[in-house]
Amino acid sequence: MVPTSAYLVLSAVLFTLGAVGVLVRRNALIIFMAIELMLNSVNLAFVAFARQHGSIDGQVAVFFVLVVAAVEVVVGLALIVDIFRSRESVDIDDVDLLRG
Amino acid sequence: MEWVIFIPAAALALAGGVGVVAARQPVHSAIALLIVLASLAVTYLLLAAQFIAVLQVIIYAGAIVVLFLFVIMLLHTRSGEATREKLPRQRRMAFILGGIYLVTLVIATVSTAGPLKPVAPGFGTAQDVGEALFVSYLLPFELASVILLVGIVAAAVIGRRPPPGGGED
Repeated sequence: MVPTSAYLVLSAVLFTLGAVGVLVRRNALIIFMAIELMLNSVNLAFVAFARQHGSIDGQVAVFFVLVVAAVEVVVGLALIVDIFRSRESVDIDDVDLLRG
Repeated sequence: MEWVIFIPAAALALAGGVGVVAARQPVHSAIALLIVLASLAVTYLLLAAQFIAVLQVIIYAGAIVVLFLFVIMLLHTRSGEATREKLPRQRRMAFILGGIYLVTLVIATVSTAGPLKPVAPGFGTAQDVGEALFVSYLLPFELASVILLVGIVAAAVIGRRPPPGGGED
């Protein structure tokens, strides 16, 4: 049997990879994929804890995360396409008008 | 016995995760993301979450990654990274803070891990998840449909081409 902690370590490493990706990369699409990576690592933690406690609630939470992730991707990609249309770029450093 | 499946799946997921962050081309990132999603579906199966594993493959791998690939191919020009850095020390600080964050995250989550409880044979099937969804979580489920509708409308509004000659906006 694989203990829960092994899954949790995998989940933590994937989440950190995603967070570092958001900080390091400048391409909006890759930043978006790093966010998906973080969402997935959280899902893994949810499923691992659902198995540990023998409770189905964690898997239901994963279902809702999936729904929200799908909506987030649709809206986010529409925004990226719209920014690309007006600026011909997906580099987030080109879209810093709101920076203080 | 489960380790035989877990170790390759975890290794693939980690390799894919590094690939998502480190790939030079967005297309390679999307393929690496696909590898991560598929190997995570395998770990879900090990954790007695069959229904979630199937959802993972259908929704994430089937729909979301394909959407990413569509957009990447739509925006083919100038998808490379700019060489200049506006914040000079950001990269190094990101790795240092990421390392600190990883250590705290592992300590915090592993300390809550306990022994696995035995589960009933039907745990994690579509029937099991569906009963929880439609009995205990009925209101959130209905709200999820509203969120999906909002997403569809938002995508249609944002993605609309402005009318020629400047219409209402």
